[in-house]
Amino acid sequence: MTEKTIICRCEDLTAEEVRGWIEKGYGSFEEIKRISRIGMGACQGRTCRRHLLKELARAAGKDPAEIELPTFRPPTKPVQFGSVLGVERDEKDS
Amino acid sequence: MKKTAEAVVIGGGSIGCSAAYNLARLGFKDVVLLEKGYICRGSTGRCAAGIRQQWGTEMNCLLSKHSIRRFEVMNEALEYPGDVEFRQNGYLMVTYSEEEAEMLKNNLTLQRKLDIPVQYLSLEEVKEIAPALNTERVIASTICMEDGQANPFKVTDAYMWAAKRMGVEIYTHTEVTGIKMQGNRVTGVVTGKGEIATPNVINATGPYAKFISKMVGHELPVEPERHQIVVTEPLEPFLQPLVMNFHHSTYFQQVANGSVLTGYGDPKEPKKINYTCSWQFLKELAAKVTEQFPVMQDVNIIRHWAGHYGISPDGQPVLGEVPGIEGYYLSLGCGKGFMISPMLGELVAQNVAGVETTIPIEIMNVERFNKGELIVEPAVV
Repeated sequence: MTEKTIICRCEDLTAEEVRGWIEKGYGSFEEIKRISRIGMGACQGRTCRRHLLKELARAAGKDPAEIELPTFRPPTKPVQFGSVLGVERDEKDS
Repeated sequence: MKKTAEAVVIGGGSIGCSAAYNLARLGFKDVVLLEKGYICRGSTGRCAAGIRQQWGTEMNCLLSKHSIRRFEVMNEALEYPGDVEFRQNGYLMVTYSEEEAEMLKNNLTLQRKLDIPVQYLSLEEVKEIAPALNTERVIASTICMEDGQANPFKVTDAYMWAAKRMGVEIYTHTEVTGIKMQGNRVTGVVTGKGEIATPNVINATGPYAKFISKMVGHELPVEPERHQIVVTEPLEPFLQPLVMNFHHSTYFQQVANGSVLTGYGDPKEPKKINYTCSWQFLKELAAKVTEQFPVMQDVNIIRHWAGHYGISPDGQPVLGEVPGIEGYYLSLGCGKGFMISPMLGELVAQNVAGVETTIPIEIMNVERFNKGELIVEPAVV
């Protein structure tokens, strides 16, 4: 991966930018997400998640498996307002 | 970790970071900010980002008016290398009932008296300003074009870096587990990573504030109220102002990247910390949204989350030293914390320093709940 490789396609973030945030002290996925919008686009982090985990792991000298994942937010796939209307389902907080 | 501090701020949201910055600005050395998670983890990072001055009480009007002045120059004043993305796209307040129309008119009189440029709109003007809005049931609306939105993460980040540059020490992932007292005086803060001796503790923990208050034996009547928000896929620009609908209790705005951010809270829910997202909310929101903006029918929701208002008995901010507990201060926005964070941080810092406050703060003291002197703010959702 080069410095100019796009890590997050939805929000147009390069490896260089992400490394910059890590260097400035944004040490977790959630913090980088909030400051840079990584993973907040239409695909909800499907592509960028593992790349950012790798970058965080490298910077911390850890295994990617040890890096805390961001919260997975519903809906898992984009859903239209219109399709939510009129759907019956027992209330159960997800 | 520092062993002593002149003041310890608890809470790494917009109010806590603003308070820490303002304390440093007033000459406090050794200010410490403690955050149990990371900066912006709580209510600030989950809020709808709207900023408005259209309130029905003088206190709220002044808090927001002065805050807007600070948002306008924030990038420069805090020497922020980024952009806090403050956009004055206006705030459109919409009602479907005669009663609320009367309320908007009364508020307008007050707002004008305080030099807040609010306009009462005709139906034609509403249609022109928000062509996508279904105006069938609209009885009245007002707009203030100085109102708008800012990026909560960036605002907090700007305060955080400015505070750090002025010597504030910020410890994240550091949970406060106790507060030390000597008689009726605060003397220190106990954390999972050690103790800090300090004569001043500022509680800026929003919906968690009552848990901190318990540590000094103070029963704080501020309860967490869950609000949920969704964000959509980015759309072509179609709506300039944020639309607040009193009938639906919703806020609805198109943000800078084109996404729509919309949500509401159900005040009837049990008051507790609850970060789960409910299906019921999504369904009700879809009805509320498509009634107001039929064009939203085919728009994709991409993310849904929950956060909290820390809601006081009258729903209004709580600020200042707690009577009977020397050195213990509250700075809580109670549902509008982000939008008035510049002032809540400034005022509590002035209160700690014992200097004249920019606007009167006595009315915001927690003591009002014991005296039964509630603030009645009609313009809330």
